[in-house]
Amino acid sequence: MIKLQDVSVSFGKRTVLDNLSLDLTERRIAVIGANGSGKSTFARLLNGLALPTTGEVLVDQLNTRKKGRDVRRKVGFVFQNPDNQIVMPVVEEDLAFGMKNLGFSKADIASKTDEILARYNMSDLREHPAHLLSGGQKQLLAISGVLVMTPDIVVMDEPTTLLDLRNKRRVARAVAALDQMVITVTHDLDLIADYDRVIAIDEGRIFADGAPAEVIPAYERLMA
Amino acid sequence: MLDLYSPGGSLLHRLPPAAKMLAMMLGATLLFINQSLPLTVAATLVILALYPIAQLTLKQAFAQVRPLLIIFMLFFAVQWYFSGLELAAYVVLRLAALILLASLVTLTTKSSDMIDSMTRGLRYLQPLGVNPEKVSLAISLALRFIPVLAQITREVREAQKTRGLERSVIAVAMPLAIRAIKMADEISDAIDSRGYRS
Ligand SMILES: Nc1ncnc2c1ncn2[C@@H]1O[C@H](COP(=O)(O)OP(=O)(O)OP(=O)(O)O)[C@@H](O)[C@H]1O
Ligand SMILES: [Mg+2]
Repeated sequence: MIKLQDVSVSFGKRTVLDNLSLDLTERRIAVIGANGSGKSTFARLLNGLALPTTGEVLVDQLNTRKKGRDVRRKVGFVFQNPDNQIVMPVVEEDLAFGMKNLGFSKADIASKTDEILARYNMSDLREHPAHLLSGGQKQLLAISGVLVMTPDIVVMDEPTTLLDLRNKRRVARAVAALDQMVITVTHDLDLIADYDRVIAIDEGRIFADGAPAEVIPAYERLMA
Repeated sequence: MLDLYSPGGSLLHRLPPAAKMLAMMLGATLLFINQSLPLTVAATLVILALYPIAQLTLKQAFAQVRPLLIIFMLFFAVQWYFSGLELAAYVVLRLAALILLASLVTLTTKSSDMIDSMTRGLRYLQPLGVNPEKVSLAISLALRFIPVLAQITREVREAQKTRGLERSVIAVAMPLAIRAIKMADEISDAIDSRGYRS
């Protein structure tokens, strides 16, 4: 569970997130909002990539300010652009990267790699150079690279923006099948229709927070 | 040239990377010591003969030197003009042979295996303050992102072309630099997020 206590984030004079207090406990949480409303900043707070200017973020009691490394071990982060988060030249090497950093054994790395490649129908791509993958394959690899590290919580910042309809559905299915708590930042309102909770952010404040059936129509009215 | 590993199970694939790299360095040295054109031709043919043995096609061999063809021709013309036909042929062939030889290693060795064995070699330099893990991460990142940068360069060029700016070095270099810096930021966040201990 993640707790935000009176969290504000400012860049210079500009306040991007304004005094948020939230308990995030649901299994599927979506964060929506206009461009520049502060969604990515919000997401980055949750694994300590960004620190609050004032207030605290606690992940299972760990303060992101002091326990950044432990928090990042618990909270996997999928970025919007897969190109910049695939860091190794070959598919299987990239999958191994995070696991190596966490000190997984060679045998463990090999079996987890097999398993995730099979799960996403990518077994043929094991030795494929990462830069030759299609956009959808890159996104799935980026997500896989995070999932093999078995995080307790997965935060995704617009994981489907680059994808065609088929790959969007693949990612949606992949996410639906996860046991972990998932927090998704997205503009894709179809993706989150069956989520447990939707938080709409507008200009750094919570504009609406609740079930998709209430929040999404309110958000659509705001955007109209 | 950076298209690296071509999967296979040939003898060359199975040799330890360190052995291949040493053999390549030895071969390269011999190529450079040798001054005769006939021997260079013979060496090139031997190297080419290794391609099928490594389950590679001659087409793949040609693909390795193709990006450099223009440079080869330029070299050849200059050498011919200053030093005569034979020397020109010798110089260019030697260069081509070298690239074919080096590519033979990269085509039959997974980059991870190559980096692993390099990392092991670098351990001997640890007392001098070299951090093998960091060097190997740097090499991996270079292998990973050179093609990405090449792709971005193409995109920027195309974008500037529609505005008639593709010949302006600044109009291409500036957006490229900005994107590269932004990219570096994101990469470093991604590496942090995946548990890397710096
Ligand atoms: N490192 C930074 N330095 C200065 N300003 C920043 C920084 N990061 C974000 N901002 C600003 O904070 C505001 C919110 O940015 P953020 O990326 O969180 O928005 P977003 O909701 O994710 O938008 P989008 O939908 O376009 O991704 C923007 O105005 C942005 O310019
Ligand atoms: Mg964003």
